[in-house]
Amino acid sequence: MPEETIVKDPFKTEEYMINMGPQHPATHGVLRLLLTIDGEIIKKVEPDLGFIHRSIEKMCERDSYQQIVHLTDRMDYLSSHINNEAVCLAVENALELEVPDRVKVIRTIIGELTRIASHTLWWGVIGMDLGALTTYFYGFRDRELINDIFEETCGARLTMNYNIPGGLMFDIHPNFVQRTKDFVKHFKTKLPEYDQLLTGNVIFQKRMKGVGLLTKEDAISFGTSGPVARASGVASDIRKIHPYSALDRVEFNEVLFTEGDSFARYRVRIQEMWESLSIIEQLIDNIPDGDYKVPTKAVIKLPKGEFYQRVETARGELGVYINSDGKKNPYRVKFRSPGFSNLSALNHMAVGSKIGDLVAMMATLDLVVPDIDR
Amino acid sequence: MTNNELQKGIEPWFSDLEFTEEGTQFLTLTVPKENLHELMQKLRNEPDMQFDYLFCETGMDWGTSLGVIYHLRSTLYGHEMVVKVHTTDRENAHIDTVCDIWRTAELHEREIHDLFGIEFTNHPNMKVLILPENWEGYPLRKDYVDEINMIIR
Amino acid sequence: MMNIPLLLPTEWVHELLMGWMPETAVSIVEMVLIAVVYLAFFAVAGLYLVLLERKVAAWIQLRLGPNRVGFWGIFQTIADALKLVSKELTGTVKADKFLYNLAPYFPIVAALIALSVFPFSKSLQAYDVNIGIFFLTAVSSIGVIGILIGGYGSNNKYALIGAMRSGVQVISYELSVGLSLLTMVLLTGSLQLSEIIETQRTGGWLIVQGHIPALIAFMIYMIAGTAETNRAPFDLVEAESELGAGYHTEYSGMKFAYFFLAEFINMFIIASIATTVFFGGWLSPFGITDGIFWLQPIWFILKVFIIILLMMFFRWTYPRLRIDQVLTLEWKYLLPLNLMNIVLMAIIVWLKFTISW
Repeated sequence: MPEETIVKDPFKTEEYMINMGPQHPATHGVLRLLLTIDGEIIKKVEPDLGFIHRSIEKMCERDSYQQIVHLTDRMDYLSSHINNEAVCLAVENALELEVPDRVKVIRTIIGELTRIASHTLWWGVIGMDLGALTTYFYGFRDRELINDIFEETCGARLTMNYNIPGGLMFDIHPNFVQRTKDFVKHFKTKLPEYDQLLTGNVIFQKRMKGVGLLTKEDAISFGTSGPVARASGVASDIRKIHPYSALDRVEFNEVLFTEGDSFARYRVRIQEMWESLSIIEQLIDNIPDGDYKVPTKAVIKLPKGEFYQRVETARGELGVYINSDGKKNPYRVKFRSPGFSNLSALNHMAVGSKIGDLVAMMATLDLVVPDIDR
Repeated sequence: MTNNELQKGIEPWFSDLEFTEEGTQFLTLTVPKENLHELMQKLRNEPDMQFDYLFCETGMDWGTSLGVIYHLRSTLYGHEMVVKVHTTDRENAHIDTVCDIWRTAELHEREIHDLFGIEFTNHPNMKVLILPENWEGYPLRKDYVDEINMIIR
Repeated sequence: MMNIPLLLPTEWVHELLMGWMPETAVSIVEMVLIAVVYLAFFAVAGLYLVLLERKVAAWIQLRLGPNRVGFWGIFQTIADALKLVSKELTGTVKADKFLYNLAPYFPIVAALIALSVFPFSKSLQAYDVNIGIFFLTAVSSIGVIGILIGGYGSNNKYALIGAMRSGVQVISYELSVGLSLLTMVLLTGSLQLSEIIETQRTGGWLIVQGHIPALIAFMIYMIAGTAETNRAPFDLVEAESELGAGYHTEYSGMKFAYFFLAEFINMFIIASIATTVFFGGWLSPFGITDGIFWLQPIWFILKVFIIILLMMFFRWTYPRLRIDQVLTLEWKYLLPLNLMNIVLMAIIVWLKFTISW
């Protein structure tokens, strides 16, 4: 720095860049953010992706439709069941295949359980990001119970592969209904505990309120979906707009807040867990009898055309675009992942706030990096 | 608005628009790439259209041509449609950006740029997003070959 | 200068040394001996505080905590320390070598110096300086220099941000610690720690004597003390979700262990000051066991232990503040409150509204 400037402007500050990630505790995976900061204040956030890009879309082009289902587990691994469901629904709609009611109900129940599992993990992690490490273990305690239910029925805890085009891989375990009921009962006593530990905490509210504001217009323009959009007042729940599986026969509220800050996003997710519990309660006693799948051909060939199927994962709207040319594998598959679109709003939200706020924003955007990178 | 009404409303804007509903659940509109930006702006801003939500932007390789597919929704009216745009120049593909209309397009277009090699004109930050800086070729194109990493059946 | 401890073993050692050494040499040897004893005791105590913290964390977090090395995991932190000692010291090439290597000694040395003035019992006190409180606040703020030059010398932006945060934070909260202790000094009229205890022996614990302003002072002291030790909810210095490991990102092995141990000894110091100034030090409640001299250190340690537990509960339940909120809390709320509290205390002392028996 030349000597003159020092004299003229003794408080001159300089911007500098730091790398947040690819290995960083707050990015929950290998996301790299290039931060331009001035002291503690963020001037620019530039995401750099691709550290775990597996090009699932390219892999889909060589795989059969049954195989594609398995790849989707590895995108948003916290809502793997819902991802599977998206592909299965797309294939079933393309083939005009009517799956039994039993399948629809079971899919919905497990889908909502997945949503709760994802949100409990998110709740644990948001506390950890803000320095309250204890929440992590409380979140995991309840998530483990869901994973146990999944393990018994599907044989896997995380990447379940329970859906296949045409139904389910096998029938539910005889204990499934009872264990799910037990879980719902248990979790209803635990959710208020979450509020006691974190929601009401003054420090927590100070850290969340007014942080990462996203207006309704911006939320739409940035293509956000899921809890992020709903916290800004955008009614974007695919379960309401385009009900799939058994979601047209249950009653639930779409949780909407208008504040658009991190605390609103937090409350949307907490409320959503209550709504999911209510959906499960409505369905768990009325699982219809019947087959757990309809037979499909060993080699599925979709008719020529374009098929788009949307589902609501724990993070928002997952779109599966299949372009088929009538062969046994698709011509082009595109996954519209919720995380990728939500991430695009990060720079807009973060500019002008502190480094600590960025962590809070990333936590409430609920980024899952494999979902962004695909 | 129903698909028919949408088609009627959009048709007079430009001369060479192709509408189809065959083999898809959406009203699909193919637009020449010169008119893309103007059309998109109209779709976004016309009072009875209001397609304010770009929920999916897909890069495509149709073999002879490259292109982009835009899935649009109006959060106000709830109607949805698909816009397609082609470019036949595979070596030097250029398509107008829409990220000044829907800001989410900024990241999506960078991804498409990496994987399909389509340059988006007027894009503020057309840098490599996913691939390493020195990557050669565009992985999602149909003619992309990588004998080491790709398993082809 | 030295207040020779009157416990039997120390007297025995004193007699033994006096038998064959000149007096100056004896006092030098005794100083070294006491230093070694303190060092050994507090290094081990620091390790067990780490273990305690891990156990407390585990209980709060529905876990078991360390339970493999020794019964109930009691040798876990000893094993950890051995690992850290034997670990290779890695550093960065571009670090400022001198500052980088110097930094870890500041916090640990400052912490150990501060320990020397505490009266663990009526006679178990290494150095009864007549400006005890002043000495403590002065010495305990040396530690931050280590953090600052460590963060600067590491040549790492995360470490630098952490160090700068620490500087800002400790300088701010030093005020509150000092002023809240000053409030209590109004009651005793002395800065000497043994004198402060003496006041409490005749007139009851200071937190009772000073009632309302003393309670306020204690709360402020606990908040500021937690901030002073850089512990959650004020652990912005490390803030692992923001800065990786903060100022000690580039440190490994024993150098890291110094920082780590210093944090726990600092916690012990903060709790010890609170015990001495607010809760009567080695005095037993209502003087029930004041006659039994060997119970005095146990009372002291017990009180310290309870306050440390309190600080650990803070850490494992509260989220972390943001840097501007930390400064707002200090400069806009704690400092004015503290100043008003001093005036209140002065009025109470002046009008003799204190509670004593």
